[in-house]
Amino acid sequence: MRLLVSDLTHRYDDLTVLDGIDLTLAEGEILAVIGPSGCGKSTLLGIAGGIVAPSSGSIRVEGEVPDGCLNPITFIFQDFALLPWRSVEDNVGLVLEHHPLSAAERRERIDSGLRRMGLWEFRQALPKQLSGGMRQRVGIARALAVRPAMLLLDEPLSALDAQTRELLMDDFLELWRREKTTALYVTHNLDEALRLADRVCVLSRRPGRIRELVTIEEPRERRQEPSAQAHLAEVRDRLWHLMKAEAQMADREIARA
Amino acid sequence: MSDMTTNSHRTSLRNAADWMLVAIALPALAAFMLPLGARDGAPVGWLGGTMAPLFLSGVLLTVVAGRAAPKRVWGAWVELAGVALAWLLPLYLMKEGLDLSAGWGLWLFLVAATLLLWRVMGVLSGVPGWTRAVIVPGLFGLGLLVGWEVLVRGFQVPAILLPPPSRIASALAANAPVLWDDFRQTVLTSVLRGYVMGCGAGFLVAILADRVPFLARGLLPLGNLASAIPVVGIAPIMVMWFGFDWQSKAAVIVVMTFFPMLINTLAGLGNSERIQLDLMRSYAAGYGRTLVKLRLPNALPFLFNGLKINSTLALIGAIVAEFFGTPVVGMGFRISTEVARMNLDIVWATIAVAALTGSGLYGGLALLERVTTAWHPSMRRR
Repeated sequence: MRLLVSDLTHRYDDLTVLDGIDLTLAEGEILAVIGPSGCGKSTLLGIAGGIVAPSSGSIRVEGEVPDGCLNPITFIFQDFALLPWRSVEDNVGLVLEHHPLSAAERRERIDSGLRRMGLWEFRQALPKQLSGGMRQRVGIARALAVRPAMLLLDEPLSALDAQTRELLMDDFLELWRREKTTALYVTHNLDEALRLADRVCVLSRRPGRIRELVTIEEPRERRQEPSAQAHLAEVRDRLWHLMKAEAQMADREIARA
Repeated sequence: MSDMTTNSHRTSLRNAADWMLVAIALPALAAFMLPLGARDGAPVGWLGGTMAPLFLSGVLLTVVAGRAAPKRVWGAWVELAGVALAWLLPLYLMKEGLDLSAGWGLWLFLVAATLLLWRVMGVLSGVPGWTRAVIVPGLFGLGLLVGWEVLVRGFQVPAILLPPPSRIASALAANAPVLWDDFRQTVLTSVLRGYVMGCGAGFLVAILADRVPFLARGLLPLGNLASAIPVVGIAPIMVMWFGFDWQSKAAVIVVMTFFPMLINTLAGLGNSERIQLDLMRSYAAGYGRTLVKLRLPNALPFLFNGLKINSTLALIGAIVAEFFGTPVVGMGFRISTEVARMNLDIVWATIAVAALTGSGLYGGLALLERVTTAWHPSMRRR
């Protein structure tokens, strides 16, 4: 599925958070969105997912919904959004409960998600019994259970420690290698963007405008190799240069306010 | 030395307990200098021909054996036997015909025994499982009852002011059929119906107010007003409106329980996190599904809070309402009529039934809450 954002603006009362965003997300593409705090990254994601109505502009989703997809556009949240009274498998099954699936298919979707995320042994556990990384894996398994066409990821690794972040980045790469799911990935971490995205969209400080769209030429599966490091370092410098200027100006504006 | 290296925790507990033993010994020594009581106006000492020295020796023996026990917990159980023996002494002396209000030796001895019990409880409350959860609170309650019994009988407090627990227990047994009828009328007929109606109405109106915001804004200030309504003012009005039978009691209970349930339910419904609500919205869940799958389960701790508060309010409301008119049965009716007849034993027996019923209702709800909201951080084992 493709996402087409055209002249998108969003305001909270008098505060404009996004201004004139034009963006196209191709089928199977992973676009990372970075920018200083408060630049409207999460708002953009909320609008793309239909949980926030934009003040003006349009957002369209095009393309066929794949077979078996129950929720074409699916979120993965920063704080996992697990229901603490439900076991791991019931959290994964939550998103299937209102769909007219046979018991066998429901079971198969839950089990498949749990196995893929390495949660099978923990299926009866409550979220409070799991580590942060495991909880996010439950969030991912829940998203996979509906076989989404597009994933909207809102800083999915920012609440986790460095080791767990590395492991989950590998999980995401494996997921995208197999599924070719389109993804809009909001992060403030340049390393995540460089490791996972095809393109990186740099937003300016508030009101968020697109400063630049940077393409990472190196294929995702080769980015850990030594030969890729020179190109990635170059992209990183460019992104950091863009980000740094915006973040410094945002800080000055906050200090003045 | 080897004991210190292998189990320093136990050693430190023992050292701490030694100071407690000194605190226990001081009133015990003072007690030995003073008379135990009086017979025919003449003071009777510890060696005045009673078996008090035997009791004293038994207690001392248990303290020594407790100190020598290989484990502190075993020692605590032995010392507990000593405490029991100490508290049997006043009962024995009363049977011997001694006036216990005349001598302070016995009471200082019982102060020492109470300090010993304190020490025992301190050790037992550190033992996980049934000991800490059931036995320690049970011993605490038993200690209060025994203390009440001994003090009231020892100081010959008139039963009309405060009867001993044994007399209340006798009244309970002797008047069981009457008390059962009262329980059936007050609790099973009035309280349960009023409680279900009041809590149910509060819950349903809260759901409605959650959907229609102006209702919440209008009803919440009324909740503060309703909580200040005196039950003794509203009860006679309800009796005039709904008659002498259970309906008027249920009406009082509805008035008392409606707003606590409404306020707690509304607070609970607002307890879901933004991100959880976003999750439901992102899966196209409507109001009903979000309510059932997310907001009501999240509200459970608040709902139980309302239910627990209301369980005691309902009982109080029904009993007070029965003062103002009832068929010739019911706990409130019994208390009001028997007080007028100066028949205080049955009044205390009724109070005991009410207290046990209130505790039972509250405890049952607390247990249900523990089972259904085990996931909530407030239910973490302490």
